[in-house]
Amino acid sequence: MEVSLAAVLPQIFTGLVLGMIFVLLAIGLSLIFGLMTVVNFAHGALYMLGAYCTVFLLGFTRNFWVALLVAPLMVGTFGLLVERFLIRRLYGRGPDDPLLLTFGLSLVLIETAKLIWGKIGLTLDPPRELGGAVNLGFMAFPAYRLFVIAVTVVVLLALWAFLTRTNVGLVIRAGSRDPLMVRALGIDLSRIWLLVFGIGCALAGLAGALAGPMRGAYAEMGVTMVIESFVVVVVGGMGSLLGAVVAGIMMGQVVGITTFFAPKLAEIMVFVVMALVLLVRPSGFFGEAGLME
Amino acid sequence: MPGAAAVARWLGRHPVGAFAVFFAVFPFLVPYKALASQVLIFGLFALGFNLLYGYTGLLSFGHAAYYGLGAYGTGIALAKLKLGSLWLGLAAGPLLAVLGGAAIGFFCLRRRGIYFAMLTLAFAQLLYFIAFHLADITGGDDGLRGIPQLPVNLFGWKISIESPLAFYYFAFALVCLSVAGLKRILDSPFGSVLRAIRENGDRAAACGYDVRRIKHLSFVFSALFAGLAGALDALRLAVVPVESLYWVTSGQVVIMTLLGGAGTFFGPFVGAGTFLLLEDRLSAFTERWPIAIGLIFMTFVLFLPKGIWGTLTGGRHGHQSA
Repeated sequence: MEVSLAAVLPQIFTGLVLGMIFVLLAIGLSLIFGLMTVVNFAHGALYMLGAYCTVFLLGFTRNFWVALLVAPLMVGTFGLLVERFLIRRLYGRGPDDPLLLTFGLSLVLIETAKLIWGKIGLTLDPPRELGGAVNLGFMAFPAYRLFVIAVTVVVLLALWAFLTRTNVGLVIRAGSRDPLMVRALGIDLSRIWLLVFGIGCALAGLAGALAGPMRGAYAEMGVTMVIESFVVVVVGGMGSLLGAVVAGIMMGQVVGITTFFAPKLAEIMVFVVMALVLLVRPSGFFGEAGLME
Repeated sequence: MPGAAAVARWLGRHPVGAFAVFFAVFPFLVPYKALASQVLIFGLFALGFNLLYGYTGLLSFGHAAYYGLGAYGTGIALAKLKLGSLWLGLAAGPLLAVLGGAAIGFFCLRRRGIYFAMLTLAFAQLLYFIAFHLADITGGDDGLRGIPQLPVNLFGWKISIESPLAFYYFAFALVCLSVAGLKRILDSPFGSVLRAIRENGDRAAACGYDVRRIKHLSFVFSALFAGLAGALDALRLAVVPVESLYWVTSGQVVIMTLLGGAGTFFGPFVGAGTFLLLEDRLSAFTERWPIAIGLIFMTFVLFLPKGIWGTLTGGRHGHQSA
C-alpha cells in the first residue's frame, strides 16, 4: 500500500489531540488513585458532565471562554461534594467499595443526563475565533484542535508547578508516598484528599469541555473514555503522572494511526497494546511493581 | 409448630433442596412466566460472578464477556452452524466461555486488586467491539437472529420447550444442577482454599497453595456458570443482542449480586429477583428507571454492604479484595 506522508500527518495530529484528552482524564484518575487508592469510575460521567455544562453555559452566557473556564469549576465542585458526602464514608473499607459506589454514581449521572438533555447527543460549535484552519506550512489543521493541544500543555505545566513548587503539592506527593507518616507530622490529610479529588474531577470536566466541540455531547460519551483512560493509566504505570502523559499520547497515536489504516480496528488496538504491555511489563512503563495493589 | 421448625432446619441444612423447592413453584408467584425464567437465568449468571467475587474476593467488572461468549457460542452453533442437537448447541456456549475465561483470566490475574477489576472490564469491552464489527458471524449491531427453538431430546423422548412454562422447567433443571455443582465446589477443599485466598491471599500462599493457579481455576468455573446463563438466555430470547457483551450487562450482574448479598449462597438469586422485579415495576413509570436502581445500589454499598440476604441471615460481606 502506497502511503504518502501528507495523508498520514493529519491523522498523527488528530491522534495527538485525542491523546491530550486521554492525558487529562488519565492524570486525574492517576492523581486520585495515587493519593487515595480510589478508582473513580464516575470519571467518565464527569467528563460527560463537563461537556454538557459547557453546552448549558454556552446557551446561558453565549461566551465560549466563560463556559470553558466555568464548566471545569462546576464539575470540580461536584467532585468535592462527592468526596465529602459519599466517598469519605468508605475510607478504611477496602478499595473495591469506592469503585462500586462510583460505578453506581456514574449510572445515576448518565441516566439523569438522558432525562435532562435527551437520549440523542447535542452538537457544539467551536468559538468563531477558532473556527477556521491554520496553515502549518506542511498542512492545514483546524485551529480549535491546535487550541486543545495548547490548553492541555498549559494545564499540565501548571499542575506540574503546583505539585513540585508549592507546599500543598509537597504534601500531596508525600501523602501518596506514606500517608501514615504525613499524618504523624500533624497534617490533616482529609482536606488534601478532598482537594485532590476535586482537582481530578475538574480535569475530567475540562477534558469534556474541550472535547465537546470536537465530538459533541451525549450521555454515554464517557463510558468508553473512562475505560480507555484507565488502560492509559495501566500502560503508563499506576500513580505515575509522567507515565499517564507518555501513555496517553502514545494511545492517541495508536488510535489515530489505526484509524487511517483499518478504522474498524481502532477501538480494539488500545486493548491489544494493553495486553502486550501486561505481558512484557505488568507494572506499566513507569510503575513500580506491586505499588498499591 | 414443631413440623414447621423441622422444615426450616431441613432447608438450612439442604440449601440445594431448598432452592429446588422454592423455584419449582416460583413461576406461579411472579406476574408472568417469562420473568421467572429471566430471574433463574440472571440468578445463575450472578451465581458465577459470586463464586469469583463473593467467595474468592476477585471483583470482575467484565463478566458480560463470559455471559456474552456463552450466548454467542450457543447462538452461532444453532443459527449459523445449524447444529441439529439442542444439547450440542447448549454445550458450545459454556465451552466458548470457559476458553475465553481461561485466556482473559490469564492476562487479568497478572495484576491484583483494582487493576484486576478494570482489566476484566477492558477485555469485555474488547470482545464487545469485536462482536460489533464481526457482523458476518455475530450479526453486529442487529444482534444474532434466527436461533431455532429445537425440542429437548431426552433419551429419544422429544419434549418441546417453546412454551414459557416448559422452557422455565428446562432451565430450572439445568440451574438446579449448577447450584448443586456450586455447593459441591464450596464444600470441597478447593472451596475452602478459595475462601482462604479471599481472607488473606499472602497467608494462603505461605501455606503452600499456588494462589494464582487457584484463582485462575475459580475464574474459569465462574466463566462456566456465566456462559451457561448466556447460552440459556440465547435459547430463551432466540436472539443474541450485541448488548449482552456491553459494560451495562457487566454492571447489572455486579448490582444484582451486591443487592442480594455477595458471598452468600442464595444472595445472587435474591438479587436477580429484586433487580428484575424492580425493573419490571419501575419501567412502567419511566424509561429512566436505572436512576432508581443506581441510587438503591449506592445506598446498599454505603449502608448495607452485606446485601439483602446477608443482612437477613447475618452472613459475611465478601468485599475484601486479594
